Amino acid sequence: MTALLLDAVSWVLLMAGCVLVLIGALGLVRMPDFYCRLHPAGITDTLGADLILLGLMVQAGFSLITIKLLLIGAFMFFTSPTSTHAIANAALVAGLKPERAKVPALPEDKGDNQ
Amino acid sequence: MLSGVFSFVSAGLLVHLDAVDVAFTEAAVGAGISTVLMLSTLALTARHESLNRRPRAIPLIVVFLTGLTLVYGTLDMPRFGDPNAPIHSHVSPKYVNDTAAEIGMPNIVTAVLASYRGFDTFGEVTVIFAAGIGVLLLLAGTIRNAINGNISAMEHHLVLRVVTKVLIGPILLFALYVQFHGDYGPGGGFQAGVIFATAFIIYALVFGLETARRALPGRVVRILLATGVLIYGGTGLISFVTDHNFLDYSVLGATAVAGQHLGILLVEFGVGMTVSAVMVSTFYAFAGQNPPISDEDW
Amino acid sequence: MFTATALALLAAMALALVRLYAGPSLYDRVLAANSFGTKTVLLIGVMGFLTGRPDFLDISLLYALLNFIGTIAVLKFFRYRTLGDNVEGEGKP
Repeated sequence: MTALLLDAVSWVLLMAGCVLVLIGALGLVRMPDFYCRLHPAGITDTLGADLILLGLMVQAGFSLITIKLLLIGAFMFFTSPTSTHAIANAALVAGLKPERAKVPALPEDKGDNQ
Repeated sequence: MLSGVFSFVSAGLLVHLDAVDVAFTEAAVGAGISTVLMLSTLALTARHESLNRRPRAIPLIVVFLTGLTLVYGTLDMPRFGDPNAPIHSHVSPKYVNDTAAEIGMPNIVTAVLASYRGFDTFGEVTVIFAAGIGVLLLLAGTIRNAINGNISAMEHHLVLRVVTKVLIGPILLFALYVQFHGDYGPGGGFQAGVIFATAFIIYALVFGLETARRALPGRVVRILLATGVLIYGGTGLISFVTDHNFLDYSVLGATAVAGQHLGILLVEFGVGMTVSAVMVSTFYAFAGQNPPISDEDW
Repeated sequence: MFTATALALLAAMALALVRLYAGPSLYDRVLAANSFGTKTVLLIGVMGFLTGRPDFLDISLLYALLNFIGTIAVLKFFRYRTLGDNVEGEGKP
């Protein structure tokens, strides 16, 4: 009985993670602008990865494998948003402008975009 | 970038082929260090390729002939995965059957690498050492010091600095884990050395090369470089001077198996030390080529 | 269960490759490569469970680490490189 329950829980977690990862990848392809693409890539990568790892953890039970999965999950939780932030920061400093938004004047130029 | 992705994919393929240690090393070296070093090399080259006007015929012919000879040599080899090949009927069963009795460690790959074929691994370590020396010899004269101190750090990237500071400790711990866990799972000296160097490389990337040089000075790295090979050769010499074969670990401990364990531990440690020192010194040499840029320009 | 996850991850990796090829700017490609690396970490973990060998998790942890430093290294070096060609202004993205 508990094995069935554990299987069901890990099915739900794994499928939720997979759905998020697929939505993220689809968003990465379909979004019109670089800054729009940051959202699916960054957010869904982190949460989808953590959900999949949680599902694998439920499958593994209490063992060393779970500790390792927990470490990978914690690492992804910290570094995946940081990478996205660094990419966005580098793009902004290099001058890549958002195409469709009317943004306030960026520090290095006066006047609006569009 | 694509070469890094390619390394990831090829490591996945190796994992599928059940060669976990090789996948580990491929990941560490191909996807990690090669990307960083290739990028630092690209930063030094010009934007446009200068075309070679006259195509040379002789190198092409030499390469072609060498390739033909190699292909001809492979025609004699047994087919891939043939169960009757000599390597599968004599060599592999001996390793698989005897490792538990003679060496007593679960990871047969490490046992073969460090004990049965220890002399080959000694040659590998010496080659890595020679490569590091070569890089240092070629590039030592062109390393420029920073003009005004520590100006290529990323001071305004607060998120990156905090996260890196938090992560460097666990990365070093992971490197030590991989080093000493190589007897029981995938790992060993080569992979651990690369991971160890990675911690210092990311410190240098985020906090500036000068800060990293103060944390781990160049002469310390060079001392470590030589000490690793010395440890490896020294372990072999101990058995040499007690009237046994070179690199025969059985004499190092009370029983043969204990001696094997101690010997493998020592040589893997030497390998790890040399590999990490070579990676760090190569990165220092490549990244120190251009004068660092100021922070606002980054 | 694991097979379905692995197939979904492979499909996502293929989509990331599309963006890697087609991204008009450099940063699109860096983002896609980072995403590809994250999915590789998950794929190795899932494959470890599929084949019943949990030793693969060490490799996943290593990939996660290398993905991170690879992204940082690419960003830093591409920024520096455009500045090397064009001293006073900023480089093109």
